[in-house]
Amino acid sequence: MATEATTNTTTAGAPAARSYWHITWRRFRGHRLGMVGLCVVAVLFLVAFLSPILANEQPILCRFDGGIYYPAVVDLVHQVPGTSLIIQKQRPYRLATFDFKREFDPERGDWALWTPVRYGPREIAAEPLAGPSSRHWLGTDQSGRDVLSRMVHGTVVSMKVGFLSMGIAVILGLVFGCIAGYAGGIADLVISRFIEVVQCFPAFFLILAVLAWFPPSIENVMIVIGLTRWVGIARFARGEILRIRETDYALAARSLGVRPAQLVLRHLLPNALAPVLVSVTFGIAVSILIEAGLSWLGFGVQPPDASWGTILRSGYENLFTAGHMIPPACVAIFLAVLSFNLVGDTLRDVIDPRLQAERA
Amino acid sequence: MFSYILRRLVTGLVTLFGISVISFFIIQLVPGDPAQIQTSQIADAAVSERVYQQLRELYGLDKPIPVQYANWVGKLVVGDFGSSFHDGRRVSAKIGEALWPTLSVALLSFMLTLIISTPIGIYSALRQGGGFDRSVSTGLYMLYSVPNYVAGMLLILYLGVKWDLLPFRGMRSDGYDEMTTLGQMWDLAQHYVLITFCFTFGNLAYYSRFIRQNLLEVVRQDYIRTARAKGLGERSVVLKHAFTNSLIPLISLIGLTLPFVLGGSVILEYMFNWPGLGRLYFESVLQRDYPTIMALNFITALLVLGITFIADLTYGLVDPRISYEK
Repeated sequence: MATEATTNTTTAGAPAARSYWHITWRRFRGHRLGMVGLCVVAVLFLVAFLSPILANEQPILCRFDGGIYYPAVVDLVHQVPGTSLIIQKQRPYRLATFDFKREFDPERGDWALWTPVRYGPREIAAEPLAGPSSRHWLGTDQSGRDVLSRMVHGTVVSMKVGFLSMGIAVILGLVFGCIAGYAGGIADLVISRFIEVVQCFPAFFLILAVLAWFPPSIENVMIVIGLTRWVGIARFARGEILRIRETDYALAARSLGVRPAQLVLRHLLPNALAPVLVSVTFGIAVSILIEAGLSWLGFGVQPPDASWGTILRSGYENLFTAGHMIPPACVAIFLAVLSFNLVGDTLRDVIDPRLQAERA
Repeated sequence: MFSYILRRLVTGLVTLFGISVISFFIIQLVPGDPAQIQTSQIADAAVSERVYQQLRELYGLDKPIPVQYANWVGKLVVGDFGSSFHDGRRVSAKIGEALWPTLSVALLSFMLTLIISTPIGIYSALRQGGGFDRSVSTGLYMLYSVPNYVAGMLLILYLGVKWDLLPFRGMRSDGYDEMTTLGQMWDLAQHYVLITFCFTFGNLAYYSRFIRQNLLEVVRQDYIRTARAKGLGERSVVLKHAFTNSLIPLISLIGLTLPFVLGGSVILEYMFNWPGLGRLYFESVLQRDYPTIMALNFITALLVLGITFIADLTYGLVDPRISYEK
């Protein structure tokens, strides 16, 4: 409520009213650590999205046997679902058996603009378990695949799991939280009890039990994490709705004859979103952690696909011969968790004006 | 007070019932029952099918699920968790064996957390914004963001393998039985170091921040100003008046975290080959060992509910302002 008040006072003189999110963003920019966290998140996101043109066994742009090709760019476009119907790789690059590096012949006039890391995440490129070298900066794994390339492509898994699983959790959490908070009565009782039941299981146990009968894959991991993480958000949303329901503006809207569904969606929910956003940010960090852990245990991403967790696992299985795989994966997981935590903490400080006053 | 306890017990029982029903049905819905897993190695299809049916009968899996559930509850009432589908041993014996390794690490780490984070929290609160406060809180915050299994991997790699300082596989070295009593204790202690550290360091940041935050809130209260105004020494004000009152929220934090610590950590125990509850759970899931999974789910839920309940009651004991009458 105090936020609402400050919004009004700051906008009193200004011709254009600044939105709540605009003000939040301005405050957020003042926090150095939060901005650092946000930048790291942005970099991770970029690395994930650009992974096909960062690490690929096929070049970004090349001339081969007289024709010009751009296979890695097509891979990049294919990251957007549905685009494979519109654009496809040209003939030789589409074939699984085609190895451009072997066919490459400079005397014929072939040239290529390679990706920064010249190896694909599944490409068997060198001796297995080789240490870091000038060709393979982070060495190779037990099958001779480039670890750096696998790290880059592992970022995709982490980001996807982080955002999509929390997306599922947010939708479920908001729906149930709003129903419980606004409807009250029996609906509230049933939902609250159910939330309590789910919270009594340690999340990891629950996820493990559920995954025991879903075939392990990244999609199932996302769904299961989403299905187990929504309860926290639902509790948050319920509490916020309960609080906001009693405010004057909710009463005003009600007395103007706004129907319940509209009241919740238009007037209550937008004001409950800020605290939910904070818990979502922390939730992304937790999901990334759970995914890496599950992949480590063999329940998540399956070989030969790469994830930070599976890289860590290969390191664990070859502890005495190839420890070089462990530190990079550890650093990546740590950075991802730390940056999402920093963003979450800053958001919380920024959104809660009481803490703001305390700091000043 | 009495009616409050009664109400809590009743709702607790309802929740427990819900948990057991949900986990029972979830487990039963899993494709691949234990009989199927155990007969998958038999090559002859006819023999395999016959043994499969016999096993299902033996485990009672051929009966309808509600009947199976009723049987399970019936046994549970007399404190019987049944026998493992995997090796036929009593579930209570299996859990009993795994309990101590997990419990000892949990308690050890918990004590360490409190011993280390309490002074840090108090000192940081007193010197709020000072050099110590800022550097320690930044350092602990970074530590807090290190996932425990990530730290575990790094510790195993460097301390365990590269520098060969500490053991990291299981609780005992080979040849444990031939050691002297003192040697056995030393060996055991060495095995505890890494895994206990992994369980502890993350909580350190959490607890010391929590203690600092609560103390800061309490210090702003009027009664602290009164204590100062009447000329009490700073030491007495902080330790006696402020700190003791800042402990109340700590109880609920302990209540929230303790059950999960007791549940063990699947990854850490698996990583350190630690024969605890987490690893037992993981193996039971792989083997579809229904009785063991059910027992572990049930015990964890019971712990969560029980400890939160005790925490809520303790709340009332330490803070007379809290009333249970509604």
